[in-house]
Order: sequence, then structure tokens, then C-alpha cells
Amino acid sequence: MKRRDFFKSAAIVGIASFFKTNALGSVLSGKEMSVHSQPDLVAVMGGEPAVMLGRALKELGGIGHFVKKGQKVVIKPNIGWDKSPQLAANTNPELVGALVKLCKGAGASEVIVFDHSCQDWKKCYTNSGIEKAVLAAGGKMVPANDESYYREVELPRGVNMKSAKIHKAILDCDVWFNVPVLKHHGGAKNTISMKNLMGIVWDRSYFHGHDLHQCIADAATFHKKPALNIVDAYRIMKSNGPQGKSESDVVKLKSLLVSPDYVAVDTAAMKLFAQVQPTDLKDVRYIELAEKNRVGTQHLENLNVKRIKL
Amino acid sequence: MKFLKHIRIGLSVIFFLPIFLFFIDFAGKLPLQFHKLLTIQWIPALLSLNVLIIGILLLLSILFGRIYCSTICPLGVMQDILTWKSRFFRAKKKKIRYDYTAPKNILRYSILALTLIVFIFGSSFLVIILDPYSIFGRITSQLFRPLAIWGNNALAYVLSAKGIYTFYKVEQVAFVPFAFIVSILFLGLITQMSWFKGRSYCNTICPVGTSLGLLSKISIFHISISESKCTRCGSCEKQCKSQCIDSENMKVDDSRCVSCFNCISACKKGGVSYKYRYKKEQVQQVQPEINNSRRTFLLSSGAAIASIAFANTNKILGKNDPILSRRPVMPPGATNIEHFNAHCTGCQLCVTKCPMQVLKPAAFQYGITGIMQPHLSFSTHIFCTYECTICTTVCPTGALQPLVMEQKKLTQIGTAQFRRDKCVVFTKEEDCGACSEHCPTQAVHMIPYKKGLTIPEVTEDLCVGCGACESICPVRPYQAIYVEGSTKQGIARKPTEAKKFNKKINDFGF
Repeated sequence: MKRRDFFKSAAIVGIASFFKTNALGSVLSGKEMSVHSQPDLVAVMGGEPAVMLGRALKELGGIGHFVKKGQKVVIKPNIGWDKSPQLAANTNPELVGALVKLCKGAGASEVIVFDHSCQDWKKCYTNSGIEKAVLAAGGKMVPANDESYYREVELPRGVNMKSAKIHKAILDCDVWFNVPVLKHHGGAKNTISMKNLMGIVWDRSYFHGHDLHQCIADAATFHKKPALNIVDAYRIMKSNGPQGKSESDVVKLKSLLVSPDYVAVDTAAMKLFAQVQPTDLKDVRYIELAEKNRVGTQHLENLNVKRIKL
Repeated sequence: MKFLKHIRIGLSVIFFLPIFLFFIDFAGKLPLQFHKLLTIQWIPALLSLNVLIIGILLLLSILFGRIYCSTICPLGVMQDILTWKSRFFRAKKKKIRYDYTAPKNILRYSILALTLIVFIFGSSFLVIILDPYSIFGRITSQLFRPLAIWGNNALAYVLSAKGIYTFYKVEQVAFVPFAFIVSILFLGLITQMSWFKGRSYCNTICPVGTSLGLLSKISIFHISISESKCTRCGSCEKQCKSQCIDSENMKVDDSRCVSCFNCISACKKGGVSYKYRYKKEQVQQVQPEINNSRRTFLLSSGAAIASIAFANTNKILGKNDPILSRRPVMPPGATNIEHFNAHCTGCQLCVTKCPMQVLKPAAFQYGITGIMQPHLSFSTHIFCTYECTICTTVCPTGALQPLVMEQKKLTQIGTAQFRRDKCVVFTKEEDCGACSEHCPTQAVHMIPYKKGLTIPEVTEDLCVGCGACESICPVRPYQAIYVEGSTKQGIARKPTEAKKFNKKINDFGF
């Protein structure tokens, strides 16, 4: 998949070096070389989470394109807060459940779900509804509350953060999906796919102490990229993020954005978000910094974007 | 009548095990309702003025003597277990033998009187130190529980390496040296006493035991030795862990008898029985144990100690950095410091049940008289979670008044203090906002600073003092935002909701 991205962007944009370093990573299993019309970003609007997910994946070649039989899969939603699904503080449980089910259906030997929560992790897992959805779909919830679950990884392309302790479930899996929710955020301005990476890292406070935006952009240089970033915008939190105070902070957009490109998907998500809460993309500094770190592109006009309304 | 001993053992197991496991339960597997078992303990019932329970316990004592001590009191049962297990350590299966000893009246009544006097003067210092239930709670939570957690974590470590996550690592409650030492001392003292002297803690030090002893002198049923059947063989005396049977004279000191019924089982002749006291025989004259001059002495000395203790209640360790000299943060529902300090026995139940492990036993934060009472100690990721009322629910003594969720979310246990000159936005001119991000009420919110940066601001009347901001602030060791405890817990203003967004979005915007 990523190699295909590479070929496509190389062909279209003509900047061969752009994705090269990332593409060499983990993805050598996809042998097919069909070059044409694979979208770089799929946006779906107007359906239920599971339906939109199915539709988006269909555009990208189906789940079987990403998950092979017998593989270990990790799904990393946002389960940061002890809040119910209506408050949109965490990723939609139906979406996570549907993805687990698809992965199991594609023959995954194991589907692990975790997040390094900000509050009491057991309550977050339960009250977000995610634990229930994952277990019902045949997945496994794994704790992330202790340093012993993490291993040190070098981030040679990082600027302020040169190494980080990353959850071993991610390090040891065959393929992983980054499944954030689109939210306003008091510190980082907005939290989408790259900000969600803070939940695979042990020391969150390092981010805050060493320029939050730069560290988020540095985390995105982690060599093992997710197969896809699946941004849940079914319900978004427009204000008082990342926790929110009440349902007044929540807007139902019934949307889903999917792309392997962190920067592209966060850029698209910000444009969607700005229609609800006008925000200057420049203020979400980590997006630009990540582009400088060469992990993706803000230039949606140069990408093959598929927009689908259900 | 030998069945009585079996009933006693059965009952003590029924009472002891759930309490013990409830204190140990670090994974939150047991239902919180178990806390009801703790409200039937004497001191918690007295402190929370639970009339029903007090009535039942009184009735039980008047009927059967000190069965509280041998079945309901977890410290009593723990001593029995220790004594029972001690035979593994004794030389060559040597049987434990007790001999009659005279009651230590001066000591036990002095301790009881002192405890009462100090309490009347408004300090629960001695109650905290001596209440058997609370001692048990401290020993279990400070010593046995960490052991259980270590075991769990070792298992979790081994299994998670194999990809099995059934057991997960549980954070040890941060080591509080003072609490640990106090618990060790008491465990040592009690083990030593129960190994060599049976129930001598209960009969010389424990104020609850001493008070119940006064009642059991007139209890309706009591142990009595039949003069016609007794051969003065002394078997009963050797089995009496209270050391209150004088087989020479065929007398039982009812004030120290905990109704364990071992003596009944020990007597081969059926000479010891549990009998209705007021049948026909003369009621033994109860001699006045305390004479007047002693009483005056105790009263005055007790008053003196009490006033010293009371004066210390509000004393706080003073240091220059404001974060070190802050007032302690009491758990929610404590209402005010006087009520809290007077009613909390430091049993550690809330400490063991706190899902965030933010509650820790105090050393001297509340002064010398408030040792072991819980206070909130914030550290990375450790703060008082917004939607949680567990500590206020489980508190058996009423030191923490029960709060419903809506009340708890507005209870100001403290207020956040922002020190702008230490904040990274000010010192490094970088975005952070971790404090605001974690603030559940947005009392801490970000306002425009310079160069597109935002800096925190605190609206005090919205702040509930949960400490989420302090726990996450990257400035260390002394955070740029910290919580100052309230001595009187007020009510915060309800946070205003955001404006609803009602327009329909039909486009992706890109």
C-alpha cells in the first residue's frame, strides 16, 4: 500500500524523495502493482460509523488489502477520557468495533486495542463503550498504564524528541490502524491523527515540556506508520476539548476521513472542523512541522481525494 | 456445648474474610457494597452516630458478652489467626499454654479514660491510634496489600511477556514511610502480644475492649465454672487466651472474657458452661475500679494532653516555597477540617479504594493528631477524578459525608493557584496547555498570550481542586499550577455550557 502511495505521489507530484524513507518500512507484503486510481484520501459523509468505514475501505481495496491472514493487528483509538460516547471525547465505539470485526474477518490472528489514557484507564475503557464493542467483535483490550509495557525507540528524524518509549503491542504487531476522533484541544488546538500518537508513548509530559507541537510532529516520524489513519468525525467536539463539558460541545457531522498520510488527513480534518469552529490551520502548528519532518503533505490539491456522500 | 466454639469460629471467618479481602482488593473486583460490613464496627458506628448499629452491638454485648471482640472485630480475629499460625514457628509442636494473670486495671482504665477525654476535647488522636478496626485497616492496607500487589505484578510481568494480559500491572500506592512505620510498629506490638500473651492487647490497651469489658460484667450469658464438676485440672485456664480464668479459685474474670468458648471445649468434665447469669446465684458485686483521686488526676492530665493535641491540629509544616507550605487537601465530603479531623480514624479504607490512588495517609500534614488521616497527594497522572464518589461512599465513620455525583462535581476540595512566572508558556514561550486540557470544569482555561500562544488562567469559583492540572504540569519539581486545600469545602459555580452548534454541515470543506 505505502509503496503504491510512493509510486503515485512520485508519478503525480514528481518529488521522488518525499515519501521514500517511510515507504521502505514495513510494507513489503502487498505484491500487486496496480498503479491507477487508488485514492490517497477517502472522505465519507452521511452514514453510520460502520457503514462509512466499509465504504471507505472499499475505495481503498478492502480490508484484505491491509490485513493478511494470521497477522497480529493493533487498533489505537482515542480512549483518553472517562466519558460516554455521546460526549465525543473518545473514538466512536461502533467504529472501533466494526474495524475489529473486519480485521478478524480478514483472518487476523489477534486484534489488540489500547490507549494510554489520561484518566483512570479501566474506567476510560469501560465508559467509552470501546471495551464492550471490542470484546463483542472478538478483539482484545490491553493495558497501557505501566512503563513496563513500553520499549525505547529511536526517532532519528525528530527535532525535539529523538527517542520515545512506545507501547510494545505496536512494536510487535504486523499492522496497525490509528483511529482518532476529531476534537478541539486546549493545548494543541486540535487533536486528530498525529496528536493521537501521544497515546502510544509512555512519557506524555515530555511533549508538554519540550514544545508540544514539535514533539507531536516528531512522534509522527516513528518509522512504523499505521496502515491507515481513520479519523472519526461522526461526532466531533467543537469546544472545551479535549474533555468537553457537555453535549453542547458536540456536533454530529456523520463523517469519516481515511488516509495513510498523517498530514493530509489532519489537514482535511481541520478544513472540515473549521466549518463548525473557524480555526486557522497555521495555529495547529504541528501539521506544518510534520510536513517539514517529511511525513506527509498539506497539499490536498495534489492528492487523489475521493469524496463520497451517502 | 462444644458447638459454641465452632459457631464462634464460623462467624469470625464470615466477618473477617470479606473485610480482609475488601482491603486487599486492588483490582476493584469486589462490589463497593462490602463497605456496609465496616459500618458494623464499634468505632465507625459511634463516630457516624449510627443508632441502629450501636443498638444492635449494645444488645449483643449485654446478651452475650464480648462476642464483638472474638467475631466481628477484624483485629481480634487477626490475632487469633496469628496465634493459631504461630505454632508453625514454635519449637516442636509445643502447645500454647496460658496462665491466669491479674487484670491490669490501672492501665486499661487510664487508656480508656484518656481516649474519651481527648475525644471530648475534639481530637480523635487516640481513637485513631487505638481503634482496633482502624489498626487492622492500616496493617492490611500498608503491609498485606502491597504484598498482594507485588505478587500480582510479578505474575503480570511474566504473563505479559507471553502476550497474556489477564493480569495487568497495578501501581503500588506510593510508599509513605510514616504510615509504613506506624503499621509495622503496631503489627509488631500486636503479634508479640498475641503470641505470648493471647488477647492482652484487647484487655489492656484497646479502649473498645475495655469498654465492652464493663458491659460483659453484667452480660446476661457468661462463662461459669461448675464447682461440682470442676476437678481444678486447669485445662480451661491453659486454653484461655484472655488469661482470665483462675482455675484455682474457679473464677472467670468476665470483663476480660471475649466469649471465644475455648474453655468449654477444653474441659473434659463438662464443668465449664455458658450460662444465664441471673438464675439464682448471687450477682457478683462489681467493685468500683476507679477511685476519685485517680479520676481527677486522669481528667487533668488528659485535658492537658488534649489541649496540646488540639492546638497542633491546624499546625502545618512551614517552608518557603508556596507549594510546600500549602494546606493539606482533604478528600471530598470532609466538609471542614474540624469535622474531618474529629471523625476520621485513619482506617485507610478510602485510601485503598481510591481508583486514582491520590489519597494517601498523612504524616504530619494535619498536625500530630491527624496522622494516618487521608489527604490528596497529587503526582503525575494522579489526581481526584471528576466523576467519582467512591471515598465518600465507603467511609464507615462519617468523616466523609456521602455525596451524590452532582454534589461531588461541585465540591471545592481546594483551588488551583497559577504561578505564571514558572509556566513554560512564560519561561520558554512554547504552547503547552496541559493543565487546561485536563481541567474537567475549564476553571483552568487558555487565554491569548503573545505570538499566537495561549497561557492558562484560573477562574477560582469554577475550580473544584481536583488537581488534574497540578498532576500534569510539566514544570518540576514544583509545578507552575498547584492546588491549595480548602479548610472548609465550599460549592463551586456550575460550569456554563458551550453554545450549541445547530447549523447543518453538508460539505467536507476541502
